[in-house]
Amino acid sequence: MSDMAADTSTVTELPRTRTDWAPLALVPALALVALPFVGEPSTWVTLTVAGLAMGMMIFLMASGLTLVFGLMDIINFGHGVFISLGAYATLLVLGPLASWAQADSVGLNLALLLLCILAAMAVTGVVGAVFERVIVRPVYGSHLKQILVTMGGLIVAEQAIHAIWGASPIPIPLPGTLRGAFVLGDIVMERYRVFAVVVGLAVFIAMQLLLNRTRIGLLIRAGVENPEMVEALGYRIRRLFVSVFVAGSALAGLGGVMWAFYRQTLTAGMGMEVMVLVFIVIIVGGLGSVGGCFVGSILVALVANYVGFVAPKLALISNILVMALVLIWRPQGLFPVARR
Amino acid sequence: MPEPLLQLDAVQTHIGPYHILHGVSFGMPAGSLTMLLGRNGAGKTTTLRTIMGLWHASSGSIRFDGRDITTSATPDIARAGIAYVPESMGIFTDLSVRENIVLAARSGPVDSARLDWMLGLFPALKRFWNLPAGNLSGGQKQMLAIARAIAEPRRLLLVDEPTKGLAPVMVRSMIEAFKALKAAGETILLVEQNFYAASALGDNVLVMDDGRIVHSGPMSDLVADQALQQRLLGLSLDAHQ
Repeated sequence: MSDMAADTSTVTELPRTRTDWAPLALVPALALVALPFVGEPSTWVTLTVAGLAMGMMIFLMASGLTLVFGLMDIINFGHGVFISLGAYATLLVLGPLASWAQADSVGLNLALLLLCILAAMAVTGVVGAVFERVIVRPVYGSHLKQILVTMGGLIVAEQAIHAIWGASPIPIPLPGTLRGAFVLGDIVMERYRVFAVVVGLAVFIAMQLLLNRTRIGLLIRAGVENPEMVEALGYRIRRLFVSVFVAGSALAGLGGVMWAFYRQTLTAGMGMEVMVLVFIVIIVGGLGSVGGCFVGSILVALVANYVGFVAPKLALISNILVMALVLIWRPQGLFPVARR
Repeated sequence: MPEPLLQLDAVQTHIGPYHILHGVSFGMPAGSLTMLLGRNGAGKTTTLRTIMGLWHASSGSIRFDGRDITTSATPDIARAGIAYVPESMGIFTDLSVRENIVLAARSGPVDSARLDWMLGLFPALKRFWNLPAGNLSGGQKQMLAIARAIAEPRRLLLVDEPTKGLAPVMVRSMIEAFKALKAAGETILLVEQNFYAASALGDNVLVMDDGRIVHSGPMSDLVADQALQQRLLGLSLDAHQ
């Protein structure tokens, strides 16, 4: 019998449970509602693509944090440092291979980006393992201590970035292939934003496959709900914790790379600057839910873009407003995760 | 005389400032079904959790199959062959019934003959195979919890109050399932408040009070002695039926 032991002839298949479509329907509903306010369809498409791209970058930065919180019950305010560190890790590749960014070759441009992503994920993964061992592990079970100690870790790490790379902002070049925009009639879509959408979707699909189609994914989902029972089944949850923390840090590193090329400037505080947004989307999505984080990221980013265009003065509070409305509707977030 | 499969000697357990177990000692031969009875707060659940390593004994020793597991970590105890079904059942409600079973079969795919046997014991699980376990009723969750514990061969099952809160018809199904497990040679330590169920199943009985074993012996002796039932449990089997 296969691992997914279900396919036995003795089993009577019933339809799977109903999917919770309401939160998923929010995104297209929001986009449609925004259309008459924006007015021009071409502007609406441009804003929507920009919002999707921003949402995907937020998702990349937030997905690791929601997994870490869901599985380990750790409130990691230091998550932002992995975003910054991932961004700065691009310099390890851009230093020796700067010419690849200017090369008139799609292959070299994309290879450069891929190397930056791999370097960032490797660096943040290793630093994440050390961060978990030295800073997080001693404060398992105490949220207040976690907030204090991870904030402290964040400050130390930011200063370390200043010490290594200097305090001044560092410009980085966007590879030539991703500069400019696709123009379709009146519709303008920045190439890099389209690229960000593709990367975000690919990561989301990969995470869904991992969580739903593999034993390690089952373990993570089970561990989010009842870590004690996972141990009682014979699995070493501590190792799973460390693995997820490392993976979450590496995902933040990936998000940091995408965010860095979007801004084309590196600053040590760039991770911390987006942490409010990151916390908003994981709360909106439902703590511990990767799918919720994905939908929450898109929702928050689209609202920010539409409101920024229609009523710029409201843009600053739009994220908080989205969070408040979602929590009034669903106090545990869009996709609540069952817990102990 | 062969060494018991499970042997506790003078086990004491503290949970924070509370002293829960005050020197629990008993042995369980392989292939037996032992009932652990006692009023609420007597220490039954703590005994199971201490054996499972979820709370560690502050003194005393626990030996399983000749090996000292007193200070072993829970995953190591599970890997040694002990399965645990907590009172809360510990079902992963976000996972389907199938995924719960797949996860419990740690060493690999569930053997098809074993799966058929499990689903024969708990046929209701077939109907909900691909549905989230959170959709199951209390009795069905209990069936899943026990099926998960036997998804692969184990040396010992620790089961905490499997009939608690179940409808009478479900209690009878559960008793039949445990009879079948017993007939299959499983060694089971079963915490139970339902004396009717306990008397229908147990080879041996342990009665706890205030963190101590206050009676141990064959279940048949306790069933036959109403005065002893009254003294130990404050009830009689006749009244329970």
